[in-house]
Amino acid sequence: MRITCPFCGERELGEFTYLGDAKPQRPVADAGEEAVYDYVYLRDNVAGVMAENWYHGGGCRAWLKVTRNTLTHEISSVEPAAGAGAAKVGA
Amino acid sequence: MKYSIFSLARAALSGHKNWQRTWRDATPKDRYDVVIIGGGGHGLATAWFLASEFGIKNVAVLEKGWIGSGNAGRNTTIIRSNYGLPGNTGFYELSMKLWERMEQDLNYNAMVSQRGIVNLYHSDAQRDAYARRGNTMRINGIDAELLDQTALRKTMPFLNFDNARFPVQGGLLQRRAGTARHDAVVWGYAHAASELGVDIIQNCEVTGFVRDGNGKVTGVETSRGKIGAGKVGMAVAGSSSRVAAMAGLRLPIESHVLQAFVSEAIKPLIPGVMTFGAGHFYVSQSDKGGLVFGGDIDGYNSYAQRGNMPVMEDVCEGGMALIPMIGRVRLLRQWGGIMDMSMDGSPIIDKTPVDGLYLNAGWCYGGFKATPGSGFVFAHLLARDESHKEAALFRLDRFQRGAMIDEKGQGAQPNLH
Repeated sequence: MRITCPFCGERELGEFTYLGDAKPQRPVADAGEEAVYDYVYLRDNVAGVMAENWYHGGGCRAWLKVTRNTLTHEISSVEPAAGAGAAKVGA
Repeated sequence: MKYSIFSLARAALSGHKNWQRTWRDATPKDRYDVVIIGGGGHGLATAWFLASEFGIKNVAVLEKGWIGSGNAGRNTTIIRSNYGLPGNTGFYELSMKLWERMEQDLNYNAMVSQRGIVNLYHSDAQRDAYARRGNTMRINGIDAELLDQTALRKTMPFLNFDNARFPVQGGLLQRRAGTARHDAVVWGYAHAASELGVDIIQNCEVTGFVRDGNGKVTGVETSRGKIGAGKVGMAVAGSSSRVAAMAGLRLPIESHVLQAFVSEAIKPLIPGVMTFGAGHFYVSQSDKGGLVFGGDIDGYNSYAQRGNMPVMEDVCEGGMALIPMIGRVRLLRQWGGIMDMSMDGSPIIDKTPVDGLYLNAGWCYGGFKATPGSGFVFAHLLARDESHKEAALFRLDRFQRGAMIDEKGQGAQPNLH
């Protein structure tokens, strides 16, 4: 698997770190426990095409939204996702 | 078919041409008291314990491919019970005790070999952490010994003791740990379960659940027709989310790929199982002579049963750092298996919110050693509708209750467990 970073070009997988499914959105501050539980713990665990957050730590250090097929590892698109991952990890 | 020294001698004298099939390849009946989805080690063990311990013999095991074709045939065959947290210690020791009597129970040679596991430590701090883990094990009645470097040099002289960055200072040894022949475990449970009347149905993929007016699961739709069931148990780690989704459930699980490796066969070198404490690398030697080793999961969601180069490189670097001589050995095979990575790194054995549907999932990359224990406690749950005391903490709702069993202390990030 190689990822074509929109800023750096095609790079080997070892330069990237995986965060996970890009779909879960952090609930608003006063959302109930159910919403937080759902966000933190439950996953669709998609078998097929999924949008994911990856971090290009070995390159431009940008967060990327990678659309990838979990059955084949085929990558169909890579887009900048500024802040997407950072917001999740609280950076 | 009963196996003994006499059956072996008879077969040997007739040129091994008269071995009988060891289990029945059944066709589905209309209804069973319990249907187990998944013909791996856990599913077959569950069926055998249901029939042998809990008196429920009208049981079917449904397997979409052939039995043992999933993770049961893709692991690195290690058995151990060197855990440190309540929930895990007792459960894995229960499993270890069942390994010790499995071959007699099943009348099947599973090549269980208690050759020991050593977790190596490389610093004073790591020694203290391992001493603490060993003490936790001993308090719970599990064997553990802390070895210093002198003791290790006797049995493993080939280790890179004087590595400048990660000197090998010693290790935590569990002598009762070891390896078992993974395929034989599957066939052994299939053999013993089949003898007790369990139907093992291959090439039978579950495509949906049959529900009654109240939403209770009353059977499964399969590629070989509808099969009614009093209760349905899922033992499909790797694909748990996909099967659970057919019942409208979302699980605290991600599927990740873990790679494993085998080298060409060499003369006996590695005395037991050993793990590198300064990277992620573990190795044992099979009875055929190949070095069986592995390391971290690849780290991204995958159902592809194959991994990528960075992890292969990392694993081999770990091996070279620990045992420089294995650089002369050629890699023979490499493959991947799909792990149910749960949100705290521990398994889930529980009823689901769907009446009639029971879950055995979330084994991360530690499912093989759990096979007999998992089968026993899952059978207990299915038969009695309550958790076995050694599985009482493996509840599906523990994430909501904040009662995680996070052995590695990583939090809700499955690829870090």
